[in-house]
Amino acid sequence: MSAGLVNAIYLGAAILFILALSGLSSNENARRGNLYGMLGMGLAIIATVFSDAVTSYWVILVCMAAGSVLGIVLARRVRMTQMPQLVALLHSLVGLAAVSVGYATYLDPELHFSGAEKTIHDIEVYLGIYIGAMTFSGSVIAFGKLSAMITSRPVLLPARHLINLIMLIIVIIYAVIFINAPTLSDAYTPLIIMTIIALIFGVHMVIAIGGADMPVVISMLNSYSGWAAAATGFMLANDLLIVTGALVGSSGAILSYIMCRAMNRNFFSVISGGFGTSKKASSSSSAIVGESVATSVEEVAMFLSSAKKVMIVPGYGMAMAQAQRAVSDVSRILMGKGVNVIFGIHPVAGRMPGHMNVLLAEAKVPYDVVFEMDEVNDDFPNVDVTLVIGANDTVNPAALDDPGSPISGMPVLEVWKSKMTVVLKRSMATGYAGVDNPLFYKENTRMLFGDAKTNMDELVKALS
Amino acid sequence: MRIVVPKEIQSGEKRVATTPDITEKLVQKGFRVLVESNAGLAASYADDAYREAGAEVITDCKELYAQADIILKVRAPQTNSETGVHELDLIPRGALLICFLWPAQNAAMLQALAEKGINALSVDSIPRISRAQKLDALSSMANIAGYRAVVEASNQFGRFFAGQITAAGKVPPAKVMVIGAGVAGLAAIGTAKSLGAIVRAFDTRPEVKEQIQSMDAEFLELDFEEDGSGAGGYAKQMSQAFIDAEMALFAEQAKDVDIIITTALIPGKPAPKLITEAMVKSMKHGSVIIDLAAEQGGNCELTEPHRVTEKYGVKIVGYTDMPSRLPAQASQLYSSNLLNMLDELVQDAQAPLQLDMEDDVIRGATVVKEGEITWPPPVIEVARQPGYSEQSVPEANVEVNADEEPSVLRKALTSLMPIALAGVLLFSMGAVAPASFMGHFTVFVLSCFIGYMVIWNVTPSLHTPLMSVTNAISSIIIIGALMQVSSQSILITLLSAVAILIATINIVGGFAVTQRMLKMFGE
Repeated sequence: MSAGLVNAIYLGAAILFILALSGLSSNENARRGNLYGMLGMGLAIIATVFSDAVTSYWVILVCMAAGSVLGIVLARRVRMTQMPQLVALLHSLVGLAAVSVGYATYLDPELHFSGAEKTIHDIEVYLGIYIGAMTFSGSVIAFGKLSAMITSRPVLLPARHLINLIMLIIVIIYAVIFINAPTLSDAYTPLIIMTIIALIFGVHMVIAIGGADMPVVISMLNSYSGWAAAATGFMLANDLLIVTGALVGSSGAILSYIMCRAMNRNFFSVISGGFGTSKKASSSSSAIVGESVATSVEEVAMFLSSAKKVMIVPGYGMAMAQAQRAVSDVSRILMGKGVNVIFGIHPVAGRMPGHMNVLLAEAKVPYDVVFEMDEVNDDFPNVDVTLVIGANDTVNPAALDDPGSPISGMPVLEVWKSKMTVVLKRSMATGYAGVDNPLFYKENTRMLFGDAKTNMDELVKALS
Repeated sequence: MRIVVPKEIQSGEKRVATTPDITEKLVQKGFRVLVESNAGLAASYADDAYREAGAEVITDCKELYAQADIILKVRAPQTNSETGVHELDLIPRGALLICFLWPAQNAAMLQALAEKGINALSVDSIPRISRAQKLDALSSMANIAGYRAVVEASNQFGRFFAGQITAAGKVPPAKVMVIGAGVAGLAAIGTAKSLGAIVRAFDTRPEVKEQIQSMDAEFLELDFEEDGSGAGGYAKQMSQAFIDAEMALFAEQAKDVDIIITTALIPGKPAPKLITEAMVKSMKHGSVIIDLAAEQGGNCELTEPHRVTEKYGVKIVGYTDMPSRLPAQASQLYSSNLLNMLDELVQDAQAPLQLDMEDDVIRGATVVKEGEITWPPPVIEVARQPGYSEQSVPEANVEVNADEEPSVLRKALTSLMPIALAGVLLFSMGAVAPASFMGHFTVFVLSCFIGYMVIWNVTPSLHTPLMSVTNAISSIIIIGALMQVSSQSILITLLSAVAILIATINIVGGFAVTQRMLKMFGE
């Protein structure tokens, strides 16, 4: 295949990728968009394989066949509650691939540059490997945290910002050494040391981040994996990689921005890996007055069946308890009784952007009753009963009322404005942010303690 | 411990202090429950129901009282008109009496209890704090009174509450004014509203405005600044100027409304006179006034307690036994309140009773203990509802606004800064970098913009599929590996093969899982 034809196909693939992403703007077009994405990827691979540069078909065939099988198995086996882990794992693979390609490119004897071009190419390789390695190790840690192999609490080293700074300085010093290295073998040491530091940096950055901040971390790693691809594109002078990397990179960046906004955090402090950890100061300035009132499944069933409008607000607790199917059953029974049931989702509910939506979709909740926070927040005064299932900080009125609260300013679902709120909760423990929740003590709030799944199953029985 | 539930002897009192349901719970807790024969009859609870619930039914009330550790009653002890025996004489020394005692009005009763060594908790003296809500019998009874007030009004009122358009012509809706939006007032508002009336309500405490409006009723406002909130969530007495303005409002409303329900009470004082004779005169014929404050002297000048009278064509209902007119409901709520009270009071049903005077709730309710009158209790400061005392939030906003003025210049600077910075950066880059790099860089920057435009349009519900699909396409890195794999160097081939393998996992896995998710969304 001629170089011109290959490039033409690359252009087509780039356009197909853009269409794939724009297809996600609505549920109806999303699947077709995904097919465009597959088509683009297929075309790009075929064009590359049949270009003049490629001769070792067997290696490619074996690797791709094995990879496909593994990929299919992964995609089939994964449970929807495990999606965050899977995405983190896949990010780490992109990072690892970027590192491998970076090294291979650097070692390639056929590529010769001189002058400014060589410097730029070296920087590209260096940067590509750096981002790739960081994405890899960071994603591995995120995977570990999400699948509970590593504690989801933040692990903070003393003087962590100083450590980061020192590592950054070392990386920059070695970059200078690397670029000025007279021979290939002289450049090995700086490259390998940099890779190791990048790996440590990735670990260090993510391990300092706690469970509920994972949506930001995952989108950030998503973004990094895109930048890694773009950097690889620069080093290979391949526009398709650059375009795709830029698309993915900005996608991840926007997602992290949305997540940060939903938690009222600063975007830049997150992107640099410097999470503010001062929020442990949970000295809530206004003491909570009152007592929470516990309720029973029977009572909740009574509230629900006499309601006209019910809002369900799920949180990570629902995913933890695997209660989404029971929740879906409850909503269906209520809809059957003529109750208007809708779902309200906070942007950072769960462990990755859109996590709750996927779980509800899997449990066959129709997507036209699932709404985002901004769409339903004004609606609460018309809601008779709000069911809060495993959410805590995202429904905390202190975020709005109490300027001294650590989560002050975070937009929350204003569930307390509904006529009655039933909170399903394991115990009275505080949420991730360690902030007490005045919602539980409001006059029109009832607490239903216990495992969310057991309680929802009981509720299904009580309602049907 | 033995709990004794005598039959109420006041004529017309139909309530009973414990229902069979609650009896069962008491028995479960380890109490022995003794019920006087026919105690629950007027509230439709038969003796057999009590027996089934595990109580002993005793006919002779002397025998009953003699066994008492705790006596649960509704009304304060009084002389039995049939036998001439005073109930106080039956209660053994050291027993605990729980009932409505109204200590402020019944100093003699407290004295008598103290002399006889009877301990007494007065359920109307429970402090109004959140923790005590579930024992607050006054609220339970007020709720019922409010409901019943509307039912009585409807009974006396010759027309529909709801407006209708019928074949025979149009029926206007009834207009109801509720004065005092406490528990009873709010219950009356809700009931009248659900019957379809137009409801207006007045209260001297501004914080109830939202509650009234939340029930779809109109809050009648005075053009006058004075907060009528007294201690403990009750109203306090207002200044003369306020009362004048208030009376003017009522006089004006009286001409318009069909039904007036008054619930205004000030603790420890006779009920304020709010509806004058002149106002009654100005009302339409057939109008109804329900005076829930009749027992404390009435809010209307013309109210006669315990009965219905008709003055100037207006029916004035002065019933003082509204809760008793819904005996089953009232008994049920009252006995639940008492059950919750016993939960606070008694940790172990076998051990002798201790009154924990450190506990705010028990301290507040205890009026006589071991021969001493312990009423009134020391004042406890009740926190007002959160939200009304929080002045700090709006203040913070003010500060932000004050900051805004000098920042116009700064704003312009901050918005121009990035552009200027980017310009400088681009310029210096173009000066150094080779043309081929700039070409790629152009593609890169433009792609970032396309990405920005496209991604903001993605619906938030599809963010997870977005992540998995971007993950799949970022594995386009495979192209780099594919181009390297045919190298002469074994090391490069190996590295590339690894990259191809993992990138393929990513591509296939990413697309497949995205498709799986999107399929779920499509259904």
